[in-house]
Amino acid sequence: MLKMMLKRFLQTIPTLFIVVTITFCLTRMLPGDPAVAILGIEAKQEDIEAMRAKMNLDKSLPEQYRLYITGLVKGDFGYSYSYRQDVFGLIISRIPNTLSLTLVALVFAFFIGTAVGIAAAIKQNTWFDYVFMVLALVGVSMPIFWMALMLVLQFSVKMNLLPVMGMGDWSKGFGDVVSHMILPGFCLATIPMATFARTTRSSMIETLSSDYIRCLRARGIREWKVIMIHGLKNALPPLVTVLGLQIASTFTGAIITEGIFSWPGMGTMINTAINNRDYSLIQGTVLFSAIMFVFCNMLVDMAYLVLNPKVKEV
Amino acid sequence: MDKKEKDVILKVDGLKVYFYTASGVNKAVDGVSFTLEKGSTMGIVGESGSGKSVTSSSVMRLMQAKTQKIVDGSITFEDIDLLKMSQKDLLKFRGDVCCMIFQNPMTSLDPVFKVGYQMVEMIREHQGISKKEAWNKAVEALKLVGIPEAEKRMEAYPHELSGGMCQRVIIAMAVCGNPKLIIADEPTTALDVTVQAQVLELLKSLQKKLDTAILLITHNLGVVWDMCDTVMVMYAGNTVEYADTGTLYREPMHPYTWGLLDSMPKLSSTSKEELTTIPGVPPDLRLTGRCCNFYNRCPYVTEKCRESVPPLVEVKPGHFVACHRQNGAEHLVRGEVNSYGE
Amino acid sequence: MSENKTQDILGREANMAMLQKERKANNAWNKLKRNRTAMIGFFIVAFMILMALLAPVISPYSPNAINPGIPFKGIGFKGHLLGTDDLGRDILSRIIYGARVSLIVAVGATLVGAGIGVLIGLVAGYFGGWLDAVLMRIMDGMFSFPFILLAMILITVFGNGVTNVIFAIGIASVPGFARVTRGQVIIVKEEEYCNACRVVGVSDTRLLFLHILPNCVSQIIVYATLRVASAIISEASLSFLGLGIALPTASWGSILRVGRDCLTTAPHVAGVAGVFILVTVIGFNLLGDGIRDVMDPKMKQ
Repeated sequence: MLKMMLKRFLQTIPTLFIVVTITFCLTRMLPGDPAVAILGIEAKQEDIEAMRAKMNLDKSLPEQYRLYITGLVKGDFGYSYSYRQDVFGLIISRIPNTLSLTLVALVFAFFIGTAVGIAAAIKQNTWFDYVFMVLALVGVSMPIFWMALMLVLQFSVKMNLLPVMGMGDWSKGFGDVVSHMILPGFCLATIPMATFARTTRSSMIETLSSDYIRCLRARGIREWKVIMIHGLKNALPPLVTVLGLQIASTFTGAIITEGIFSWPGMGTMINTAINNRDYSLIQGTVLFSAIMFVFCNMLVDMAYLVLNPKVKEV
Repeated sequence: MDKKEKDVILKVDGLKVYFYTASGVNKAVDGVSFTLEKGSTMGIVGESGSGKSVTSSSVMRLMQAKTQKIVDGSITFEDIDLLKMSQKDLLKFRGDVCCMIFQNPMTSLDPVFKVGYQMVEMIREHQGISKKEAWNKAVEALKLVGIPEAEKRMEAYPHELSGGMCQRVIIAMAVCGNPKLIIADEPTTALDVTVQAQVLELLKSLQKKLDTAILLITHNLGVVWDMCDTVMVMYAGNTVEYADTGTLYREPMHPYTWGLLDSMPKLSSTSKEELTTIPGVPPDLRLTGRCCNFYNRCPYVTEKCRESVPPLVEVKPGHFVACHRQNGAEHLVRGEVNSYGE
Repeated sequence: MSENKTQDILGREANMAMLQKERKANNAWNKLKRNRTAMIGFFIVAFMILMALLAPVISPYSPNAINPGIPFKGIGFKGHLLGTDDLGRDILSRIIYGARVSLIVAVGATLVGAGIGVLIGLVAGYFGGWLDAVLMRIMDGMFSFPFILLAMILITVFGNGVTNVIFAIGIASVPGFARVTRGQVIIVKEEEYCNACRVVGVSDTRLLFLHILPNCVSQIIVYATLRVASAIISEASLSFLGLGIALPTASWGSILRVGRDCLTTAPHVAGVAGVFILVTVIGFNLLGDGIRDVMDPKMKQ
């Protein structure tokens, strides 16, 4: 098992390499001179030349590529001129806010979604199943930025129940933090919750109709054990896959949702970067999230190994 | 079959199981009756779709979907009406008193739990003993069914065992309780021929040791001859013939049984001889129950066969046949019409 | 009288008639027609497409006709069924014309993604070996970029505009198509009939495009239908962030962007645009789910 995990870990290296290469190529394809972008159009020619040299833009492409990679290994993701700060440091300072929001959303989404999915699978073709599956369908189809706007309108503007902007402050008590988290958290949780519910339902239905479930019943095992121990463990692999994909897409969702709620995380930062055409910050964030996703995928595959004794190869 | 009532362990009477589908009602089992005595073996033979598996799972009250319903009849196990049994009693009955062995051993065990876990789980479900005791009991049972290195096998996942080994594990699970009835639904179909013989031999020896009744579902007449005391032949959801094994082989009476026996390969036959087959296909189960279900394939068909369903009649003591032509005064003789078909 | 009738009850003719009936009923299109969810999805999608096609005929105003005298009028304002936006433009007309842009972008992007992705998937799955490894590692790499972020970068590279948005979203959806196709090719190429083709000397290209591809099509169609749904959302998100379709061109996303800025004064602008996006996405999702249920024999009840 450890050997297989190591093998899977080593497999991330070529993927990471490709991620870095794609980012590098895209950076070089961007229109305009980055040095001019930083210094402004009115900058003196010598200053621009100096900046180009500083940014290694005067070197050949292979040389640039080599310097780019060595820079990355040292944690040099570039310099954000709109924040006047190192991109890597900026990302590290923003990550906890985004992670706390996405993790809370994902955890709630996972447990509620899975529970609904199991219940719907057991009560297949009843009103409960129909109602929740229609809700789940609406959930996966929801443009969440729109839902965020509507929620803000309803709960913050019209009813004045929940705060619109920013993150809560622990010094103002637990309630403040939670009330700031409810709307953005709910928006972020919608799609994963609906997806978990749908995946769990179909996976459970397939599992519960298999031979060994019938055999377990024939052996006189209690129904709740059949469903919650044997059914669930067998139905889990597709759920783990979906969980892995949802981590990435929830993160993407956070980019838009945070902007709407002015949540001081990576999403707001990316929005600022886009509005200011701060390319190095955009690239840094893109690269960072891609690397995160590569590792998420790796963890998911490792979870697979633990869950399914039949998997011998990754 | 009403010799000594007290010895009867399982009595099925007029069982009807219907499948309600979008395209109509499938009469999967349409009036089946039989009795099984303590410690004896009964075989149910018939081609696929004849309702033999459904009959056996009905005894366990194991319906696959809500659309499958027992609509009529009774199933009595040692004076207990199984169809009225509470869910709680049913759990005790299943797996402890009555065990089932399925056709495909490789898919009968949960693939993500170790063999030991599954055995201990089952033992503790029925007997209030500690994990340790249950573990020891499981190891003993594995040894009893002839699994080498039983302790090691307890730690194995089902996919690490061969088909024959899995079937032994499932038989071992049955042995852990106090089985009075084992239902074996084509227990050897998915196994290699040599393993088949071993598994059947194992079942026989366990039966002797534990005095268990066995209900053996199969389409292999050779296995029936080898294992069973009585045989029931099923066709399209009905019993067509029911007798003790010797009688059935010596003087079969239903044309369908003749067809079945004729289609068996014989060791004595020369290689040039072709296997006899019964022409035609079994009827659609949505359409049965209005005439003799076999009439469109039967070479001896008469007007009466097209008009009414033949009842199951005891033509000789212990020998039941459902055929209009055999119930009357003039009995058909096997081989009167030599070839099947027109 | 009963002789012939009973003959038919179990006889060969009855069997044949029943088989034929069943075969007809199991035909993919007929199954789809009986699938209620698929039909609801189909009608929603058909309605939206029809609306987009007939835009010049059915829209009451020009989508860009500015009328500064009547800004932010609510739903049901005289002559403007769905009200007006900040510049007094008729929202209904903008929604109808916006359907054109949104659907063209979504379908176009899916076609671009499918075109490239399927080809990569076919080649990788069929030839295997190092080619497969290299291609799929590249796909993995692309797949690792959050979808929106990849599209964002591509748009900053290409610039705004309908074609560029189509390519940005399309390229971002290539790896998904490649994976789906490759997975199916690997299953199909081991089938007996493919071996038979190889034995009689059918060339690789011929086998790949005439025998393997048709057997992967159902999976690809299902994936593409679901992909259109998410492409609609992608377009809307990009335009919402100001990266997609630039104003004044009407797309559902750009209407929503206007709606965001006047959320408190005229909430109906954002509301209406969002409802159209939501309903259309539900439509495509229902259709995709329905097609999958019909194509996948495992899901048959």
